[in-house]
Amino acid sequence: MEEIAVLGVGMHPWGKWGRNFVDYGVHAAQQALDDAEVAWGDVGFVSGAVTVRCGYPGYVAGSTFARALGFTGAQVASSYSACASGVTALSVARGQILSGACDVALVVGADTTPKGFLAPTGGDRPDDTDWLRFHLVGATNPVYFALHARRRMALYGATREDFALVKAKNSRHGVHNPNARYPKEYGVDDVASSPVVSDPLRLLEICATSDGGAALVVCSMDYARSLGVTDPVRVSGISTVTPTYPDTVIDLPYLATDSWAGSPPPDRGFKESIAARAYAEADLGPEDVDVAEVYDLSSALELDWYEQLGLCPVGEAEALLRSGDTEIGGRIPVNPSGGLGAFGEAVPAQAIAQVCELAWQLRGQAGHRQVEGARVGVTANQGLFGHGSSVVVRR
Amino acid sequence: MAVTGSTKQRVPAVEGLFTLDDEPHLIGGRLPASGGYCFPLHLGGADPRHPGEAAEEVLLSRRGRIWSFTNSAYPPPPPFVLTEPYQPVVVAAVELEVEKMVILGQVTPGWTVDDLRVGDQVELALGVLYEDDDHEYLTWQWRPLDVER
Repeated sequence: MEEIAVLGVGMHPWGKWGRNFVDYGVHAAQQALDDAEVAWGDVGFVSGAVTVRCGYPGYVAGSTFARALGFTGAQVASSYSACASGVTALSVARGQILSGACDVALVVGADTTPKGFLAPTGGDRPDDTDWLRFHLVGATNPVYFALHARRRMALYGATREDFALVKAKNSRHGVHNPNARYPKEYGVDDVASSPVVSDPLRLLEICATSDGGAALVVCSMDYARSLGVTDPVRVSGISTVTPTYPDTVIDLPYLATDSWAGSPPPDRGFKESIAARAYAEADLGPEDVDVAEVYDLSSALELDWYEQLGLCPVGEAEALLRSGDTEIGGRIPVNPSGGLGAFGEAVPAQAIAQVCELAWQLRGQAGHRQVEGARVGVTANQGLFGHGSSVVVRR
Repeated sequence: MAVTGSTKQRVPAVEGLFTLDDEPHLIGGRLPASGGYCFPLHLGGADPRHPGEAAEEVLLSRRGRIWSFTNSAYPPPPPFVLTEPYQPVVVAAVELEVEKMVILGQVTPGWTVDDLRVGDQVELALGVLYEDDDHEYLTWQWRPLDVER
């Protein structure tokens, strides 16, 4: 797949700032434009990641951010694919660039989230599985995270301490990240003394909901060269895959899996298929990866990703974690940003933020959380209702 | 169905998902050409070999084995209907042998996560989700079998 260049990246720090999501997106966009040394007027396409909790301006995020920066007549699109929205927005921008419709695109997502559980919007909707799972079962998002954690315990002998060690590791990374909401080191004992949310997962192991914003300025390789940028971070592969029927692993927001009574399960499950597509586009594999940013909605889910990204064989994630290889300084550091554990999730910004972190890492600009010599990075993320998301970047 | 001594009318919290008899079943779908199943009947995904194939109504097996389980220590937000005092909901994902699928549900009251193991056999039951002056609103639940407490 033809590559595009990441010219600039920007973020608004994660937190609970109580401001309009537009402020966070504009802050991130201006930082990305400054980083790219590109004038706003030169951006030909604005690709917004939609937030559903911020009313109508959030549904048309692309034009909301464009208006806040000053309408220039640039073309625009807004993408929604739940937690994967940011990478969908990036993929739309890549399509515009590679088709020749524009030279430079701004990809931006931002969110303002309420405290507590994410929940469906109001009203009775018995034909909506997202509504049914809350109403009839009380199955919050952490319930699904915990089902997967318990399954790891039953299949692979994972322990509560393994899960807590993920949180501890990521917190040691997040301490060095000025954009993290919780730049604080937590130990296994801190995790163990936090309240259970959904057994076996405790409060410190469940991703919070946060405000935040992230943005990328991306362009064609030719345009980068025209600016004198000869060695940019490049987007080499993007995955926005859906599952392949039958998807046999229960996941939110569904009440049931597909059935494998009529068709055998695919060779590769949904989560395993997500990065595989991005690797294939980049003509790279897990053995090439120096650093990964994965969606640790819970501590235990990070362990699943190790295997789903091919960083270790199935059932060996706990051993990989305990070897120290996924910590900064190890063989394949995972979540050097601190991950969702240190950020909390700002839904439309989060998948973009993963790419921001990898850009800083590949440029050697990550300060005390730098992964030395990183040349290839991969992100992994998943959005509600069957949205895979993964990006392979290299330099 | 459990005898509650209540004179309230017992009605499903949502119509069309399960039967109300003494040995209740979930109402699912079967894709006739594909051979696959789905639950709920009209909310399943299609088999891409037979796109657009309509699911036929079928009663699903009443027994299965626990694929995984957990609880919700904090009260879930609406549209969950909170009954005070909140008793932590225990949730099981249950694999049905014939239909080859996994279905979520609450575990019947009185059980905690400490009582359960992956692989335990369970059977479908009905339980009261919430009530008003005249009605008890029911949902399906998984009742552990052959488990020592």
